Amino acid sequence: MSEQDNILEVRGVTKGFPGVLALDDVSFGLGTGEVHALVGENGAGKSTLIKIVTGVHRPDEGEIFFAGERVSFSSPREAQEAGISTIYQDTNLISLRSVAQNIFLGREPRNRFGLTDKARMKREAEELLGRYGIEADVTVPVRSLGVGVQQMVAVAKAVSLDARVVIMDEPTSSLEAREVETLFGVIRQLREDGVGVLYVSHRLEELYEICERVIVMRDGKVVHTGDLEELPRLELIATMLGREAPEIEERTTSSARENATGELVLEARGLTTHHAPRDVSIEVHAGEVVGLSGLLGSGRTETAKAMFGARHLDSGSVSVDGEEVDPGSPAQAIKSGLAFVPEDRKAEGIIPELSVRENIVAAALPRLSRAGFVSKKEQDELVERFMDRLGIKASGPDQPAGELSGGNQQKVMLARWLCLEPKVLLLDEPTQGIDVGAKAEVQRLISELAQDGLGVVMIDSEPEEIVEGSDRVVVLRDGGVAGMLSGEELTEQNLVRMIAGSESSEPQNNEEDADG
Amino acid sequence: MARPTTADAGPGGYAILVRLRNNGVYVALALLVLFNLFFTTNFATAGTILGLLSQATFVLLVALGLTLVIGTGGIDLSVGAIMAIASAVVPLYLGYSWPVAVIVALIFCVLAGMLNGFLVAYVGMQPIVATLALFVGGRGFAQVLVNGQLQTISDPGFLALWRATVFGVPMPVVVAAVAALLVGLLARQTTFGRYVLAVGGNRTASYLSGHPVRVVLLAVYAISGLLAGLAGILATARLAAGDPATIGLLIELDAIAAVVIGGTPLSGGRMNVGGTVAGAILMLVISATFVMNNINPIYAQILKAAIIVLAVYIQQGRRGS
Repeated sequence: MSEQDNILEVRGVTKGFPGVLALDDVSFGLGTGEVHALVGENGAGKSTLIKIVTGVHRPDEGEIFFAGERVSFSSPREAQEAGISTIYQDTNLISLRSVAQNIFLGREPRNRFGLTDKARMKREAEELLGRYGIEADVTVPVRSLGVGVQQMVAVAKAVSLDARVVIMDEPTSSLEAREVETLFGVIRQLREDGVGVLYVSHRLEELYEICERVIVMRDGKVVHTGDLEELPRLELIATMLGREAPEIEERTTSSARENATGELVLEARGLTTHHAPRDVSIEVHAGEVVGLSGLLGSGRTETAKAMFGARHLDSGSVSVDGEEVDPGSPAQAIKSGLAFVPEDRKAEGIIPELSVRENIVAAALPRLSRAGFVSKKEQDELVERFMDRLGIKASGPDQPAGELSGGNQQKVMLARWLCLEPKVLLLDEPTQGIDVGAKAEVQRLISELAQDGLGVVMIDSEPEEIVEGSDRVVVLRDGGVAGMLSGEELTEQNLVRMIAGSESSEPQNNEEDADG
Repeated sequence: MARPTTADAGPGGYAILVRLRNNGVYVALALLVLFNLFFTTNFATAGTILGLLSQATFVLLVALGLTLVIGTGGIDLSVGAIMAIASAVVPLYLGYSWPVAVIVALIFCVLAGMLNGFLVAYVGMQPIVATLALFVGGRGFAQVLVNGQLQTISDPGFLALWRATVFGVPMPVVVAAVAALLVGLLARQTTFGRYVLAVGGNRTASYLSGHPVRVVLLAVYAISGLLAGLAGILATARLAAGDPATIGLLIELDAIAAVVIGGTPLSGGRMNVGGTVAGAILMLVISATFVMNNINPIYAQILKAAIIVLAVYIQQGRRGS
């Protein structure tokens, strides 16, 4: 590809922050109508690179060329006006305004009185969304739409700003499979329109589906660029991690701990709350990993939260080790031996301003309390032990947890619960948004914990991961139990079929109520 | 960034800057006191300094309670009104002996604080709205209690709360110092202090970690009410009269400023009790500097405003990526 064709060209960009060299002589080119994957572990420098291209940060050294001209944006707005749009994980839409208002924010069509021409705005917004196959009522507030649709609206908005480069940072992290397909449709349309797309994602399958070329970053450097087809998945991971390919394949599979299951530790019966779950029953034995699967909105998270006492139960009960848990508060559930790692680490898990130490012992505070004072000695012992055991990488226990990478934050969350020596661990998307290396570590850890006799309930939206990591899978649909898979029936194909609701091959089961 | 950061690897100036950010209020206070020692006549006397510290106790006591409330990400606008309630209640019960009057007044103030806490924690109102109700209504309630009259007080035991000294240190300074120590201990060493920070840092995470979120919220507003009540009692003793119309008027502004300047961000999740103490004293020394040098105190307001803006600006720098 000749350099003239590159709509965006980054040359020798270096950027340092106090104590860290975030980008080290980074160069790459993005052609018109190309979709580039940008991959790397958390902390590899992807975010910094995006921020430099979009004018959030200024490079210390190096140059950026856009449409053949050297540019130096001083704000994201300038970059956007020039034609570089960014879609972040959390869309920057105004949640109380309507879809149409969001799309035309700051450039509303005017009528002859100089007022907003609402009819025209509605019509044009509908046309725009229709062009990309996005179905949404443009007059409702953005907040009332699903996260997926919100993301699509953000993309459509970016495109309508005549973007020539669109940067997508983990655009699919909160999308359902169907929505991902729509998004890919949008990206293909962008490609035809000659827009260059820089696509950041941890979901490798997606990269192979939608991207032609790949830029791999590690420790602030570009370690590989080339056609994605020529870089098989395993080698891609190896390049990201800087390891040899065979090292990664090793993994504990569920079969390794078959027959290891012991007594019943968790018994949830007929859990019913407002909306979802509806009459859900789940049993977990010591040493068993039970997968909880289903589409987004099928009631997975709600079921986990109901078991943990974080949702008001209309009916049903939860027992741990045969003893009924007082419903109604996580504090009671924790006392009974339950632990819950929430899906949204940032919003519900990590307390970002507090140190790693304080985050780890957050749930253990009642136990560390001596006459109302925190026992420093016991606290420090716990923290040291679990930082060491889980391999939490931080500058020290005093570092604010918000500064850690996603993978390390997740380990802090696990440490918070493991230091209580729980009997049952409820994990909601434990590997979401963390890099490949940390993902493998977390998966191995879950496996080890089960082997040590912990009962585990794991929610994971990737069928592959749930089949590989669980002994048994309970599938939810519309808030109720749709069925259960275990043993040889537990295959990705069967699981996907059951999630989707094709009843034909649904295996019978005697334990669960199957009228979902 | 995920990699372990070595703070000293960057330019040495950065570390100094960080230290300055965290301790700016002490530096500002020290500079202002030094200035006064050299340029303000009669400043460097024990009488002046103890007098200033006595004056600072009202804002300080109120600001200590606010530090806890702001630590949870809340705000308490009603502290001035609660001072007025204390001032109205004391003369009503002095007939039973002054300790009874003080205790009854404090009970009223704790209940007022708990009302705030209840609205925030159990009804789910925004703290600024919940406490605005008492900010507006509390002073009115206090004035109704005494029919809008100034109630003069002559009980020597009660008046001694302001006038007595302990080893030469005025009583209000002793009270404020003890309160500051206790709140400091509460914030730094206790389980409760951790809960406060967790609730302020991420309320959902705190709840899911099994923390008694509602009780913590109820408690911080109750403590804020108690400390405001204490300030109201001292102010009443100083004036030798129950005067709900003026006592504690607009004190919430100076107190919030003291907390923010002291390094406790309004967003919650962080508390700096030592900074609050320095901030409260700083606010008063600024005013005193202008008064003692015969400069129109209006200018002191402008300087305070500038310092508040500067403090918040510096704190934002700390939050930057």
